[in-house]
Amino acid sequence: MSALRFENFSYTYPGQSQPALSNLSLTIEEGEFVVCTGLSASGKSTLLRAASGLVPHFHGGDASGHVIVGGLDTRDHGPGDLASVAGTLLQDPETQVVMQTVGAELAFPLENRGLSRAAVARGVEEIALTLSIGDLLERPVEQLSGGELQRVALGAALAARPSLVLLDEPTSQLDPVAGDELIWTLRRLNEEWGTAVLLVEHRLERCLAHADRAVVLVDGRLVCDAAPGEMLSWAAEELPALQTPAARLFERAGLRPPPSGVKEARATLQSHGLLERSLAERMAADQPDEKSRRLRWPRRGNQAPDSALEARAVSYELPDGRQVLRSVDLRLEPGQRTALMGRNGAGKSTLLRLLAGLESPSEGKIEADGRVALLLQNPGDYLIHERVDEEVGLEQLAEFGLADLAASHPRDISGGQRQRLALAIVLGGSQPSAVLLDEPTRGMDRAAKGDLIARLGALSAAGTAVLVATHDAELAAALAERVVLLSGGRVVADAPTSEVLSGGWHFATETARILGGDGGVCTPEQGGELLRARMTIEATP
Amino acid sequence: MNERAGGSVLVRARSSVAALYGLSLVALALAFTHPLVLAAVAAATFGAARLSGCQQQLRGAVRFAIPLAVMLAVINALLVRDGATVIWRFGELPVFGQVDVTAEALAYGFLLALRVVVIIAASALLVAIVNPDDVLRRMRRSAFRSALTAALATRMIGVLTRDAKRMDQARRCRPDGGGSGRRAQLLMVGAVASGALDRAVDVAATLELRGYATRVAPPRADRLAYSRADRIVLAAGLGLVALLVTGLLSGLAFFEPYPQLTLVTGSAELLFAALIVLAAWAPAIIGDWGRR
Repeated sequence: MSALRFENFSYTYPGQSQPALSNLSLTIEEGEFVVCTGLSASGKSTLLRAASGLVPHFHGGDASGHVIVGGLDTRDHGPGDLASVAGTLLQDPETQVVMQTVGAELAFPLENRGLSRAAVARGVEEIALTLSIGDLLERPVEQLSGGELQRVALGAALAARPSLVLLDEPTSQLDPVAGDELIWTLRRLNEEWGTAVLLVEHRLERCLAHADRAVVLVDGRLVCDAAPGEMLSWAAEELPALQTPAARLFERAGLRPPPSGVKEARATLQSHGLLERSLAERMAADQPDEKSRRLRWPRRGNQAPDSALEARAVSYELPDGRQVLRSVDLRLEPGQRTALMGRNGAGKSTLLRLLAGLESPSEGKIEADGRVALLLQNPGDYLIHERVDEEVGLEQLAEFGLADLAASHPRDISGGQRQRLALAIVLGGSQPSAVLLDEPTRGMDRAAKGDLIARLGALSAAGTAVLVATHDAELAAALAERVVLLSGGRVVADAPTSEVLSGGWHFATETARILGGDGGVCTPEQGGELLRARMTIEATP
Repeated sequence: MNERAGGSVLVRARSSVAALYGLSLVALALAFTHPLVLAAVAAATFGAARLSGCQQQLRGAVRFAIPLAVMLAVINALLVRDGATVIWRFGELPVFGQVDVTAEALAYGFLLALRVVVIIAASALLVAIVNPDDVLRRMRRSAFRSALTAALATRMIGVLTRDAKRMDQARRCRPDGGGSGRRAQLLMVGAVASGALDRAVDVAATLELRGYATRVAPPRADRLAYSRADRIVLAAGLGLVALLVTGLLSGLAFFEPYPQLTLVTGSAELLFAALIVLAAWAPAIIGDWGRR
């Protein structure tokens, strides 16, 4: 029996003319790990909602065809029945927990199945151990961070040991370490419990290597269903925005086939003798370059340029006495593009709020050479009017490519469009001396990410300092010239991007992990150049 | 999962017992307007909260209650004309007509304000000592739809509070500071309210996905023996209920504000007030004695 089967399934949301899913046929066998991807608004989340029974039972609309989950046809069985065979984790962890404490949240799905108290207690204990959240069991959910909430919501989805797990971008709120841990946990559940996994994800580099298959949706249609490597070959031809950094690295270097992950890529490069570093390269990698020295020891006194924004010995303490930031020094020069990285709870968002003046530091001083614009994590929070053109003027809408949406309701536009609109709102008026962005690419596809990078590049060229708090090492590498790493409220690294993101495991791009930090290379473009140069040397007699 | 580890006996007691205790304090504040009784219930509530380590929850509730209480006191003083002792004549005012502030209306307004603060504080204590998840679980067996609504509402309060906080921060990030005054406030309230529907739909979807709508009866709570904490809090709760019933039946603590303040305060009232405070503080004093 298949874990999940779509048979010619089509679905249109109420009030919409275009179907969200069209004539979709897809089978996921028991114990399979399948990744589903596609650009924004391609129907991925709807696919998950159809598999969990929310579509059409909860959302209404018109559906045709069949979806069969663990032998239950969603025509006859709603989400409650399907919960016994499929665990679901949707995008926003904030609305994914319904009880007051973590223990009660994990017990909730088990109690709803009518299990005995002993079975409930055992189930809670087991899932808490599996996800390493045992120390959170007594905690009120109100006190959890976004990452912790995500793990608790995943625990609730898995507590009843379903044979199928449906996940919608579960790593979007997580730092690289927690994101990797979560994917490995899914892999372990898949291998040890035989749980089938359907994972919707934009950041393919995180999960593709673990998948048995990858499926691609475009405008609600299934356009590719293949092994990860084959899917990447297809993407290179048909939809380059879906290529992983490793695939782009190989494409730039003229290598084929594209690798599905770091291990495969390294094995291929090793077999071609392209991973060994020359002595000169090793020395270059170990020695910080001129630019990096300049960044680490900025010129002082008369020679120092005016800073766009500067924090001096800034500390921040919560009312309960917990220290979030400890004596942070940070100086942003006009036009400088900086990425702020660190684990969940490291203090990134707090630092941004302090820099923007939303809160005052407990100690230390913040000075800005003009207005500081801040784009918070959820762009929807900025949208308070009934029409898009009430949020910002028409001229600015045109500048941000949103003029044709002027009459729309801000809640009806797509995630990427909301993000652009929110950016237009905070950038309105005079040009800011600094613009700060908190996790701006959460849930964004690569095309929208590229658009944002170009926009921030233009701001930087006009003299605005850009500071982006992000978990996305690929974004940091593509955008920033400098990376500041926070840990426990302290700055633990402040150096050029090539230095910070090329040497580690977690805070490193996929290209850097493949090349082992050779030459401080972080992006596929730089990596491709390096590999081509090596191939030229190899070929030269 | 009935008991929460750690904390005072009030927090450790099973939900049904803690609810009886908390509700009896709320009922006492609702049933009596006599200032001595209200003062006793206030002392009982704040003292119990302090002794049980729940004062933080009460502080937030009182902060919310005080503006409401002040408004009630002022409105009562300005609008009620039943008192006999005029202490201030405003004369003819537009909309209000002839406004005379009387000592009785002023005193009763003050008592109304005190009552509001005490009721809200006692309710906050109730919420602090009762495990809502446990209450929902119990309600679900007998009142499925009410429990579903309560589960949704309980969760939505936290979600919307955080939404409002974030949206307020986003408003302050606008180049013009997001404006100020009533219009800006109305815009914010409208935005949070319109987002509430989306949020409620998301939370309701999660309830569906966790199998809440299957209507399978949740496991019946094991018949655990009453712990020491349960017994102490139950005794205190029953004591408070007995005081409530006795007070109501015997007509103790008579109070009539109009036309002239009539207040009966004898030894019976003093004893009644003292017993309320003693019964309310007893769990913390007796139960937590060895912990301090």
